[in-house]
Amino acid sequence: MSPAILAEGLVKKYGDVVALDGVDLAVPEGTVFALLGPNGAGKTTTVRILTTLLRPDAGRATVAGFDVVAEADRLRARIGASGQYAAVDDHLTGAENLEMVGRLYHLGVRRSKQRARELLERFDLTEAADRPVRGYSGGMRRRLDLAGALVADPPVLFLDEPTTGLDPRARASLWDVVAELVAGGTTVLLTTQYLEEADRLAQTIAVVDHGRVIALGTADELKGQVGGDRVELTLSRPEDVDVARRALAPVAAGETRADAATLRLTIPVSTGTAALTSALGLLAAERVAVRDAVLRRPTLDEVFLTLTGHQAGEPAKSAKSKEYSR
Amino acid sequence: MTALQTALADGVTITKRNILKIRRAPDLLGGAITFPIVFVLLFAYVFGSMIELPGMSYREYMLPGIFVQTIVMSAQITGYTLTLDLQKGIFDRFRTLPMAPSAVLIGQTLGDVLMNVASLVSMALVGLVVGWRIHSAPHEAVLGFLVLLLFAYAFSWVTATVALSLRTPEVFNNIATIVSMPLVFLSNAFVDSTRLPGPLQVAAEWNPVSAVIQAIRELFGNTSAAMPVPDAWPLRHPVTATLLWSALLLIVFVPLATRLYKRAVSR
Ligand SMILES: Nc1ncnc2c1ncn2[C@@H]1O[C@H](COP(=O)(O)OP(=O)(O)OP(=O)(O)O)[C@@H](O)[C@H]1O
Ligand SMILES: [Mg+2]
Repeated sequence: MSPAILAEGLVKKYGDVVALDGVDLAVPEGTVFALLGPNGAGKTTTVRILTTLLRPDAGRATVAGFDVVAEADRLRARIGASGQYAAVDDHLTGAENLEMVGRLYHLGVRRSKQRARELLERFDLTEAADRPVRGYSGGMRRRLDLAGALVADPPVLFLDEPTTGLDPRARASLWDVVAELVAGGTTVLLTTQYLEEADRLAQTIAVVDHGRVIALGTADELKGQVGGDRVELTLSRPEDVDVARRALAPVAAGETRADAATLRLTIPVSTGTAALTSALGLLAAERVAVRDAVLRRPTLDEVFLTLTGHQAGEPAKSAKSKEYSR
Repeated sequence: MTALQTALADGVTITKRNILKIRRAPDLLGGAITFPIVFVLLFAYVFGSMIELPGMSYREYMLPGIFVQTIVMSAQITGYTLTLDLQKGIFDRFRTLPMAPSAVLIGQTLGDVLMNVASLVSMALVGLVVGWRIHSAPHEAVLGFLVLLLFAYAFSWVTATVALSLRTPEVFNNIATIVSMPLVFLSNAFVDSTRLPGPLQVAAEWNPVSAVIQAIRELFGNTSAAMPVPDAWPLRHPVTATLLWSALLLIVFVPLATRLYKRAVSR
């Protein structure tokens, strides 16, 4: 079976900026594929090429068997897309927005209306359905835009940072929607900045940085590469830092990092909560006072540090300082 | 569905969207109605009381001029709205849908025809109050309004093209004003073109706006035997000239605007 999404050597340049530097992807039908990467990695650019909004400078891609450039017209009937910035019409109500999308997918008047109501309900927008979108909150717009991507029940779905700006409940319900769709055979490509989200939803994760795929695999494979969970401890006394670091050596599965300013120790561990319990036991034995202790998943920054040897974004800068806004 | 059916159905869908927008944004419609009324009143009472014409009142002479001035100005709304939509990202949604790319522009320009109907009605009513009259047969008067709307429609495509190449609302507004002012004032809208100095007279008489104004003056019967028609061909055959101008604008600018639209949203 040929993949639902296939990209080979996609390149896109904006003047001197190389947004994509040879991206290859293959997404099997009926699976979720996550593009994980920091700001400016090229996630949106990839999605825009695959949804026919941009032409690549080099390389080729097919979605649902159609070439994204040469067969763009026929392809559009088979995809649904929700971009990073909500593409909704401010003057129209939520229901009118979705009905318009249905009409433009040529679903007919009755089906468009019915589908609009279904989706408004599914995205918890029934109460706001007949209000102009101008008065919607950011998260409501976002949900309406996501609903817009689902109007025609497309076999391939593209979601660019679908949960950014959603509250926890809306986020959880979007995850449910995606899981349901995939169970029904839909192929989903989504982008995210959160490993946890990719982990929850995606069979395959591609880590992108500087326009290239730098790692590809299942969530477990990637986590294996970055060494599983982290125990994070905050101490009470500065003089304990070195003692604690030595005491914790038996539970550490990798290099322990210590931050003298915040008194925080980050220890890669491989045995989850058991590691947390033994870490606390070891510290108690040394009479080290612990103010706070958590077990957490690796952050995107840690994935990056391990995979690329530099922080997310440019080597010398932190991930946050490199942002691109339209 | 055939490509043509798709384009028509999508055009209707987008037109409906634009009508909803006009209804929800009363400032747009309000502007389209009140601006021309202010113009009619200002010109009627300020210039109308100063300027004497042989054989007819200045108010009857200038009202067709104001009609055309208004449609030229309000065609800018098409362009302005497009630049706003470009910035808002709704075009990203349209571009991922299996719709005809021409539909967005067809919907926009058709929606603006309705705005033009609203301004023409309000201007005609105020015109009647200040002393403008139609002296021709009813079918000629109707033809007059149709000719106006046709030219307005064609001209919307010109502003759409300009807007899509300039892309930002502010830049578009500046350029559109700089271009439309001479287009309106270097014409026979408010002055008798035969009394302009040489080169200005030629420019005014071949200005498409003059042909449109001359056409509706004749169709509404707002002419005077004491005021000779200039020799320039478009003013001798103003209705034909207006139809030709409209056809030419549509033939050139519909494909051009559609191409620019496709390009403008895929960057
Ligand atoms: N229209 C544009 N003009 C110039 N440069 C652009 C444009 N669009 C994207 N870029 C550049 O291309 C690179 C990739 O951008 P892209 O939007 O694909 O990143 P992203 O992974 O989606 O980031 P984010 O997480 O911030 O959404 C960035 O360096 C960005 O500055
Ligand atoms: Mg992005």
